[in-house]
Amino acid sequence: MALAEKILTGDIRAAARLMRDIDDGFRSAVDELKILYPHTGKAYIIGITGPPGAGKSTLVDQITAAYRQRGKTVGIVAIDPTSPFTGGAILGDRIRMNRHADDPGVFIRSLATRGHLGGLSRSTGDVVNVLDAMGMDVVIVETVGVGQDEIDIVSMAHTTTVVMVPGLGDDIQAIKAGILEIGDVFVVNKADRDDADRTVRELVTMLEMNPDRGRGWQPHVLKTEASRNRGIEELVDEFESHRGYLHDSGAIRHLLEEKNAKQFLEILRERLFSEVFGHIEVNGRFREIVAGMMTREKDPYSAVEEIVAERLLVGP
Amino acid sequence: MAERKLRVMVGKPGLDGHDRGAKIIARAFRDAGFEVIYTGLHQTPEQIVAAAIQEDVDCVGLSILSGAHNTLLPRVCELFREKQAADIALFCGGVIPDDDIPGLKAAGMKEVFTPGTSTEDIVKWVKDNVQPRA
Repeated sequence: MALAEKILTGDIRAAARLMRDIDDGFRSAVDELKILYPHTGKAYIIGITGPPGAGKSTLVDQITAAYRQRGKTVGIVAIDPTSPFTGGAILGDRIRMNRHADDPGVFIRSLATRGHLGGLSRSTGDVVNVLDAMGMDVVIVETVGVGQDEIDIVSMAHTTTVVMVPGLGDDIQAIKAGILEIGDVFVVNKADRDDADRTVRELVTMLEMNPDRGRGWQPHVLKTEASRNRGIEELVDEFESHRGYLHDSGAIRHLLEEKNAKQFLEILRERLFSEVFGHIEVNGRFREIVAGMMTREKDPYSAVEEIVAERLLVGP
Repeated sequence: MAERKLRVMVGKPGLDGHDRGAKIIARAFRDAGFEVIYTGLHQTPEQIVAAAIQEDVDCVGLSILSGAHNTLLPRVCELFREKQAADIALFCGGVIPDDDIPGLKAAGMKEVFTPGTSTEDIVKWVKDNVQPRA
């Protein structure tokens, strides 16, 4: 209990520790999160996604500076991949953001994916909640460098930003499904490069072909040069106008309903799985089933049906 | 399910611009299965302490080649104590004369690695001396 109460009084170390407990899957973290939950729901959450090397971290650094200038506190969650071979990770997003490290109005946390697909870590939503409960006005979530299908960020953020750079591919890339469908804001970073205007045109064309996507919001394509701090004020203005749109149009309600439903279902799924799996692992059923599959005496479909019937329907 | 993963921060205090060594160490730590927060060049002692606290790391390795170790590293140690974060283990490596090592250890550096130390030895030192905090 101690951690959550300390966090609500502004204790940074307690917040950092709870984030660790969340990431490491400690049961105690759940009790702390219960206490924090009523204090969440206030932060404006911005997602930043895009391919590796697009300049996401540098953009996050500049967006943070711009929001600090506007008097807002900023929490940042930056995600990098875990090595599938060693389980280790190099979390290097801070390199671009370190000038904010000792600003008390900024809290930066690096997370490793730890095998989770979708562009975020399993812990990201809960870590965002901790930052929210700490009273951060804005929380920026930077995904791992993504390809085409890692779109978890959409159900986490109020405003999803897709960062592209010139020269990544021809226009067929822009009509494929995936991350190009999820942006509320599109950024062409490194806009000093030759192909920038062509990339902008391709994105605009693609967006014009999305008739129903907007629900009233038409995403724009903005040009930035993050490393020279160009286009950042305009980008932050665009965030604010999307945020305004969400509230004025009532779209925020639909967004939050989806987000809350998804969060609940994820927690439920995880808890049910760990309860059931924990049980069959301890009592040896799991090994029996796998061994039975080896000789084809047991099929996995009936095994699951039996376990579900035993564990869930007949009671504990 | 609940298992601590060791989190290590690697950074470079001060003004020298040579981060090859720091990157090699970061990579060796990754290969050892640690989560490595790499903060890059030109860190002030204040930035190092703030980052280590926000990231809840178990230890911080500082690479320093500028010759300013006797000024910067004791300041880093002092700040960790000031912020009640002395439980985070500190170690360093770089071009550090033998004569300076006792002073740095007295200031709070748990270990000082000099040129020629293998990455295996440094990884082993971390595994032997740093536990993920409970």
